[in-house]
Amino acid sequence: MSIAELLSILPQTLLEGLLLGFVYAMVALGYTMVYGVLGLINFAHSEIFMIGAVTGIEVFRYLGNGGNPYLILLLAFIVAAAVSGTVAVLVERLAYRPLRRRGSKNVLVPLITAIGVSFLLQDLVRAIEALWHNEFNLQYPSYDTFNYDVLSKLGSPLGLTLAVKGLIVILVSILMLAGLNYLVNRTKLGKAIRAVAQDMSTAGLMGINPDVIISRTFLIGGSLAGVAGVLFGLVYTNVTPYSGFQPGIKAFTAAVLGGIGNIPGAVAGGLVLGELETLGGTYLGFLTGGNFGSEYAQVLAFLILILILLFRPQGLFGQNVSEKV
Amino acid sequence: MSLLEVKNIYTFYGQIQALKGISLEVNEGEIVTLIGSNGAGKSTTLRTISGMNKPRRGEVLYQGKPIHKMPANQIVALGISHVPEGRRIFPRLTVEENLEIGAYLLNDSKLVQERKERAFGLFPRLAERRTQKGGTLSGGEQQMLAIGRALMQDPKLLLMDEPSMGLAPVLVDFIFEIIQKLNQEGKTILLVEQNARLALEIAHRGYVLQTGKLTMQGPAKELAAKPEVQEAYLGGH
Ligand SMILES: Nc1ncnc2c1ncn2[C@@H]1O[C@H](COP(=O)(O)OP(=O)(O)OP(=O)(O)O)[C@@H](O)[C@H]1O
Ligand SMILES: [Mg+2]
Repeated sequence: MSIAELLSILPQTLLEGLLLGFVYAMVALGYTMVYGVLGLINFAHSEIFMIGAVTGIEVFRYLGNGGNPYLILLLAFIVAAAVSGTVAVLVERLAYRPLRRRGSKNVLVPLITAIGVSFLLQDLVRAIEALWHNEFNLQYPSYDTFNYDVLSKLGSPLGLTLAVKGLIVILVSILMLAGLNYLVNRTKLGKAIRAVAQDMSTAGLMGINPDVIISRTFLIGGSLAGVAGVLFGLVYTNVTPYSGFQPGIKAFTAAVLGGIGNIPGAVAGGLVLGELETLGGTYLGFLTGGNFGSEYAQVLAFLILILILLFRPQGLFGQNVSEKV
Repeated sequence: MSLLEVKNIYTFYGQIQALKGISLEVNEGEIVTLIGSNGAGKSTTLRTISGMNKPRRGEVLYQGKPIHKMPANQIVALGISHVPEGRRIFPRLTVEENLEIGAYLLNDSKLVQERKERAFGLFPRLAERRTQKGGTLSGGEQQMLAIGRALMQDPKLLLMDEPSMGLAPVLVDFIFEIIQKLNQEGKTILLVEQNARLALEIAHRGYVLQTGKLTMQGPAKELAAKPEVQEAYLGGH
């Protein structure tokens, strides 16, 4: 490929990186918010994301015949947010809270619990899907209206194409991020979440019940991950009970990249990671003379991340510098 | 019946025994001070009253009802606010947000606004800094904010842990004037202080705490006159 050709596909690559980045960002928020209030890396969060994707498929399976696809999609978002949020709350209630009650200072115990919960949820979803539908390799339906290129009407500026579903990813993500920003910075619940994150025992002196606020934080992070799961399924179509792992690890990385505990950092980290991975996928083969193809995109993305963290171990934005999205 | 009655409490941090049977009383309208040297258990006493620590034995009665098994967030709802040691301002909330979070249990936004203005009236310095992050305030301003925040709930009983710590003499005087003013406005105050001289000057009664036990108690004037107190806590004569 010539330089001109490579440059000509750059805008499309960046656009696709943005879509992936938004999905990572929405999942990263759950990691970072829970870390913010509890100092816990909730590895089960990737499964909350997967459960959202699977729930979305079930909504399409049962309501997808003949109805208005946009309406069904809206319903899929709502149901996935509710289911993922509820599962996240239950995980906190049944696994993390009892550990917290024991008052152990060992941070490895909740971490290992989180990993255990993660496996449990994967296999639980697998069992449910296998019993229910006799298979657990699931597929999002493909609607023509979601695949329509919205930029073709505008004469495809810069050769860009953007399917309706891509536009949905962008719009829904921005809407959710704006909503979260409002919630965290402008509401009483948001103030309480920040107070608990900064100093849990003093928050108690203000009349805040930390358990309630922690539970709400899991609900918010879980719901965001549920919506992100549907967006992910819509774009990448294939979902299994194990689909949460990779995006989950990347979203966690994005949270660390942005400075764990830092809400705007998680969004920025997600976008950076999405771009890195997509750019790597497109250009790696060319850059290495064909020795390393797009299958190494993730290696490249993580190499760059490790380099960034070597120089800025606190993440791009530092921990907790502010809570603004 | 006294407003607050602490009955023979034993409080531990793991294996470390911080309180070895403390009993004290605070009557409505009083300023009561708790003095003692470092590590005597003054903060632990306040923390046990406000629910941050649980006593292993003994009880805490507020208006005659036991509260020592309640979580901190329920105790504050009864009208006991704790200005903790080291101020514990939320560093990344603004001054205004710190005050608002102090009124967390209030649902009437008009009332919250009123109380906020009252706090700004008491501490005009805070009004100038209302959009500044708590963590960027000076020590004195943080102390004002900690007191202002505790008042947002309009408590009956105010527990104050070393409000004068680390402040310049002018500010110490100012804070003590505020404490007296609050008391005249009807607040009952349990004051922990290293500055025993000033504390005994404004208090009605006092208790002396030594390694987890009370050693002396009585009207503040009488305590201040005792040679043992003068020697140990008032720096001689
Ligand atoms: N978090 C903790 N963990 C273990 N021990 C503690 C803890 N907090 C206090 N202690 C111990 O409990 C005892 C009483 O401490 P406390 O803070 O109540 O003293 P204090 O009278 O407030 O002292 P100071 O004047 O220095 O503030 C001390 O021996 C202290 O070492
Ligand atoms: Mg103390």
